[in-house]
Amino acid sequence: MLNKIYDWVDERLDITPLWRDIADHEVPEHVNPAHHFSAFVYCFGGLTFFVTVIQILSGMFLTMYYVPDIKNAWESVYYLQNEVAFGQIVRGMHHWGASLVIVMMFLHTLRVFFQGAYKKPRELNWIVGVLIFMVMMGLGFTGYLLPWDMKALFATKVGLQIAEATPVIGTAVKTLLAGHPEIVGAQTLTRFFAIHVFFLPAALLGLMAAHFLMIRKQGISGPL
Amino acid sequence: MHRGKGMKFVGDSRVPAERKPNIPKDYSEYPGKTEAFWPNFLLKEWMVGSVFLIGFLCLTVAHPSPLERIADPTDTSYVPLPDWYFLFLYQLLKYSYASGPYTVIGAIVMPGLAFGALLLAPFLDRGPERRPMKRPVAVGMMLLTLAAMIFLTWESVVTHDWEAAAEQGKIRAEVEIDKNAEGYKIAQTNTCTTCHGENLSGGAAAPSLVGTGLSAEEVAKIAKEGKGNMPPGVFKGTDEELKKLAEFIAGLKAE
Repeated sequence: MLNKIYDWVDERLDITPLWRDIADHEVPEHVNPAHHFSAFVYCFGGLTFFVTVIQILSGMFLTMYYVPDIKNAWESVYYLQNEVAFGQIVRGMHHWGASLVIVMMFLHTLRVFFQGAYKKPRELNWIVGVLIFMVMMGLGFTGYLLPWDMKALFATKVGLQIAEATPVIGTAVKTLLAGHPEIVGAQTLTRFFAIHVFFLPAALLGLMAAHFLMIRKQGISGPL
Repeated sequence: MHRGKGMKFVGDSRVPAERKPNIPKDYSEYPGKTEAFWPNFLLKEWMVGSVFLIGFLCLTVAHPSPLERIADPTDTSYVPLPDWYFLFLYQLLKYSYASGPYTVIGAIVMPGLAFGALLLAPFLDRGPERRPMKRPVAVGMMLLTLAAMIFLTWESVVTHDWEAAAEQGKIRAEVEIDKNAEGYKIAQTNTCTTCHGENLSGGAAAPSLVGTGLSAEEVAKIAKEGKGNMPPGVFKGTDEELKKLAEFIAGLKAE
């Protein structure tokens, strides 16, 4: 049955070359932990992607309950945490996943760095990777405010002070992020929500597409 | 694949009518034990991924994610703390040449240099050599940065008062307090509210007085003799007042 549906679509759209381009490639021996256990260091990038997928899915479910305004944000998170079935699990996945994605990405970066895998011809992919790193830090920073509890508010105040320390454009940057040069309040929460849920994920998806396109085009770096 | 003249299409579309056989490529000619990603390697990845996911779910069940009380911008005594992966930066900003008039150095210049160097690593470390031992400068700088980050995070963790942090963020039961009651006025005149808060719901230096579970006698004893951080002799009124105060405090019950 599934095969027939596949053939029916394939006859009309010729999809076989499409997914074979994405999925059909070789895995060299030196990156395969089945042959050399030490090759597990090559798993960190894939695990980063895996946790990122968890983050996107759990985040989508969180927005079904979360309300981004200062009166209801904390209440909605409290409700989600204590009343909603499996709410604690979904929020837990998003909370711990945020830490895990940083850990995995850090390990992946170190692996690439210490193996010198960023050298010619892979300079561009390294740059895109570092940009992904920055976007992830931005996601961590903006997401920290959203529960609107004490630590969220006061950590964000410190973070915005750091942004404000930038010479010349400091105040402008802070106003852009917080919605006001001094107040961290209702505007800040909605802006951080928009940045966390729309702007940065859009940038992240674009950068990840470029990252994967380049690794497929160039192939994985050879053994040391 | 047939291209150009004589090519056949499906209907009037641009999809070629000639079907390609759907069999995986053969990698046996590749060096070493090369394996096909689809489906051989992907299946293994999924198995590893499932184990990882189970471990991850265990973590989320064993450690519910934290939630402190609702943000209160008027609470100026709150000591903020960022998430753990920003702790090294937070700690850096505590040192004298990275804070105050030098904030720009700690907040912008040093992180900017580090991130700039990371971003431009391929253009700073240009030699063809990939082995770590053969490029001591790049690897040495990275190890130094790593050591500094680990040290700063460690310093930040050991110098932070985690118990006070947990106390200041606790979700406290909101109770309507009769601020015209005689007991409350006695509490005010004896400076109870200075530390325990206007709503007696506690602060950075003192616990909540609501729903303590103590009897009036026990409250009276603490008011005179102190407890923990609280020094003795805070209460300076008469025995009559002490009794009223103790009964008032003991009567505050969380809903």
